[in-house]
Amino acid sequence: MDNNTPKRDELLSVGMAHLGLKKVTREIPDDEPPALPPNAGLNFIGRSSPRWDAVDKVTGAACYTVDVQLPGMLFAAVMRSPLPHARIRSLDLVAARNFPGVRAAVTLIEALSDGSAPAVLYVGQPIAAIAAETLDAAEAAIQLIGIEFDPLPFAVDLDSAMKPDASVVYQKNEVAHIPFIGFPFVGELPLEGNVRGPNKMVQGNINDGFSSADFIVEETFSTQVQTHCCMEPHAIVADWHEDRLDVWMSTQFTAGVRAQLAATFRLPLSRVRVRAQAIGGGFGSKSQLGQYGKTAVMLSRMAKAPVRLVYRRDEEQMDSGNRPSSRQHLRIGASRDGKLTAISLHAWGSAGVAQGAGVGNIAMALYVCPNLESLQYDVFTNTSPSTAMRGPGNTQGAFALEQSIDALAEKLSFDPVALRDVIDLSPVRREERRLGALKMGWAQRKSPGFDSGPVKRGLGMAQSLWPTNIQLNAACEVRLWRDGKVEVLSSVQDIGTGVGTLLKQVVAEELGLRPEAIEIRIGDTEFPSGPPSYGSRTSASITPPARSAAWQIKNALLQSVASHWRLDPQQLTIQDSWIQSADNPSQRMSWQEAASTLRTDRISVVTGRSDDYAGFRSSHGDAAIALNDLGGVQFVSVAVDTQTGVIHVERVVAVHDCGRPINPLQIESQIHGGILMGISYALLEERIIDPHTGWMLNPNFIDYKFAGPSGLPQIDVMVLENYQGFSATDAYGVAEPANIATAAAIANAVYNAIGIRINTLPMTPARILQALHGADRRTC
Amino acid sequence: MSDKTHETGTDQIIKPSAEIFGPGTISMVLNVNGILQSIEMEPRTTLAEALRTSLKLTGTKVACNHGACSACTVWLDDLPVAACGILAIEVVSRKITTIEGLGDADHLHPVQKSFIEHDAIQCGFCTPGMVMSCAALLARNPHLGVEEVETAISGHLCRCGTYPHVVQAMLSLSAEQEADHG
Repeated sequence: MDNNTPKRDELLSVGMAHLGLKKVTREIPDDEPPALPPNAGLNFIGRSSPRWDAVDKVTGAACYTVDVQLPGMLFAAVMRSPLPHARIRSLDLVAARNFPGVRAAVTLIEALSDGSAPAVLYVGQPIAAIAAETLDAAEAAIQLIGIEFDPLPFAVDLDSAMKPDASVVYQKNEVAHIPFIGFPFVGELPLEGNVRGPNKMVQGNINDGFSSADFIVEETFSTQVQTHCCMEPHAIVADWHEDRLDVWMSTQFTAGVRAQLAATFRLPLSRVRVRAQAIGGGFGSKSQLGQYGKTAVMLSRMAKAPVRLVYRRDEEQMDSGNRPSSRQHLRIGASRDGKLTAISLHAWGSAGVAQGAGVGNIAMALYVCPNLESLQYDVFTNTSPSTAMRGPGNTQGAFALEQSIDALAEKLSFDPVALRDVIDLSPVRREERRLGALKMGWAQRKSPGFDSGPVKRGLGMAQSLWPTNIQLNAACEVRLWRDGKVEVLSSVQDIGTGVGTLLKQVVAEELGLRPEAIEIRIGDTEFPSGPPSYGSRTSASITPPARSAAWQIKNALLQSVASHWRLDPQQLTIQDSWIQSADNPSQRMSWQEAASTLRTDRISVVTGRSDDYAGFRSSHGDAAIALNDLGGVQFVSVAVDTQTGVIHVERVVAVHDCGRPINPLQIESQIHGGILMGISYALLEERIIDPHTGWMLNPNFIDYKFAGPSGLPQIDVMVLENYQGFSATDAYGVAEPANIATAAAIANAVYNAIGIRINTLPMTPARILQALHGADRRTC
Repeated sequence: MSDKTHETGTDQIIKPSAEIFGPGTISMVLNVNGILQSIEMEPRTTLAEALRTSLKLTGTKVACNHGACSACTVWLDDLPVAACGILAIEVVSRKITTIEGLGDADHLHPVQKSFIEHDAIQCGFCTPGMVMSCAALLARNPHLGVEEVETAISGHLCRCGTYPHVVQAMLSLSAEQEADHG
């Protein structure tokens, strides 16, 4: 589908359903279906159909990459650097290669461009890999690899890496080779020592803005490194053949991995097949082919056999990605009436040996302010490369911004919700604040530190902001067989979000069938290229083409029936699996009978994502950003035990929007996930690196804490029906907004409980006790 | 086996206790889902690995491999245990039930049905283990409150955050039972 398709005018509903809808006229492509009515007028969209793969998942039948077993499959193990920074003097794989059962051995590091010996830059960096007939043999052979290092000085934390005399991770001529974590590479930034930047954004005049302010808040906030902790580890089975490459991979983007494999191994796209039937979570860490993906393919090519590489949990924690750390110095000025006059953000963060540690755009975009300045720096450390993680940048950024706005409200003697009504122009978030405040009982909020007992309670709120991403390279096929069977095919993968269920619902709705009648075949690049499962873009990208394809299939079927009956197809309708004539209701035919009138055994329509009907904010390559934002407002109540320092999140009220909600229960599931990951980030999680050795000290699920099922808060989820008339389904994402506001809302609630602002994550009991009883009690 | 095993009491399970096994493969018989199955494995093989590789029962998932997340939960007789922390050779005399033995697509266990109904599933990797613990809880205590459910799944980790829906799925079963008994 391209933008030259003839168009027609359609009336589409816009607005928030519970407040009443209006109609707007939009030009829509001729090959797309008429306006979809609001959910109240639909049978399956907007209702909670069971998850498409639920039976397989509850019975253990779902096949994950770790479950793939091929005949003659070999097992791979990776040799990793034990040192945080060292030059490799010698590397000898001969003994390992000769170990019984070993079938292939590869080195994974290259000599530097000037010909000097290769260096390792962090503990856990892959150096070599072995494929053998058993995993035990591969791991035993790893021990036989001969290697000599010349250790080099290193820095593993932000402070030491920023010192003028710090050892340097990258030389100036190496900048082009620095890996980046999923955001577009920002070129031409100065590198001084380990500090690269600033990545700068300026609007208005920041000095004038602060001069005209009546009040200024200014604080420094720090956030930790968080690891993804996908339950299914990073896993790949690669099967290299003479004429093609077959890959099974636990990935968030089958089509993207295919493209990367084709480019890396110089293969035509048509000769690479990537499959991912079930995927045990990703959260950003499984977005790319990655070093592990390349490793398995190299080993398979060498061994001429399928090779399986599955990371152990310690490898997973040490080197499969993480959320970068941050330090944010945020200064905000406002006039007495609450209007913002200036926002200045200076941020440093470390994505380890990668770049992309920025804290996002949230401080520059959420509130209206004429004078803005953002200077963001990457600080390189000898730690493993970060990858994108749920709401990358904005989750860290919201922790600083939303606490600062809370502090500003107090200075201005504004209620935090009321201040946002002044500075946030979004009518959607205004309504979300109203609904959330009512539900939470915000009016009963007390002044900071009000409770007199040892357990102090507090209420806080914070807002999310996330760009509405769309994948333009996103297509879907709908097939109708002569026996009446309907299939939906796309390479789009389901990492746990339930996108397959949405495809069932959308196609069933359009065809007048039940969702159970629709067979979903996804996660295979032999099918039309689907979007990635990252950036909260999957539903928005794939459900509109699915509906358009179904509509075209329906028209083809009605045409076939019309010829059979010698009627005009316009006179035919489909309802509850029956085709009938509008003029003569007794003339009817079941779906199966109708399909049997087809001339060929199968008809098929492939459609791609068209542009949003009102256009995009921006568009670049395969990706675009829609005109609307994704928002969401979260309210939190906490109880802080001032004797133990333990924070208990008692209740969360989350009010979110994602355009047209297609499956409310799945949306609730995903919002639960975002909130629980946010609570976990706020209170528990932290990667701890030993400053003396560079090793991660908690590379397991015992010492790295994340939220379990004990002491769950009551979570109330409210999802708006927010129609915008932008696409054939008008559906957008929710995964990331659900995570962005949580930690900030908790921090604001903690402030309200104890009257002390916690500027550092995670808010551990030790940190709370230090804040309450330590020498510097103002902030911690 | 060294003398140390006698101190730990392992000899009560492995018989005869004085025999030395391994390091090469040995044959053993496991009673899994009501079927006696003979397998050849090294004595160091965990139950999770034996189930997943030799018996191709891949519904039992290994996520941490150190007993911290319970994704690999199976029943030993009627007791839910983490199969990654037990050697297959330790349980040759026990009745093992895996997720494949609990119910299949045509005969779903009430817990499996309730998980589907309440969407207590996201990526699904922790789900089989979670289902096994919940089914064991229901068998020993049909009258459930939030606390009982949270305790029963307290060893399970789920990164997608399905816990609230798991609790709801279980409470609805309890309510059904209460209504049935009237």
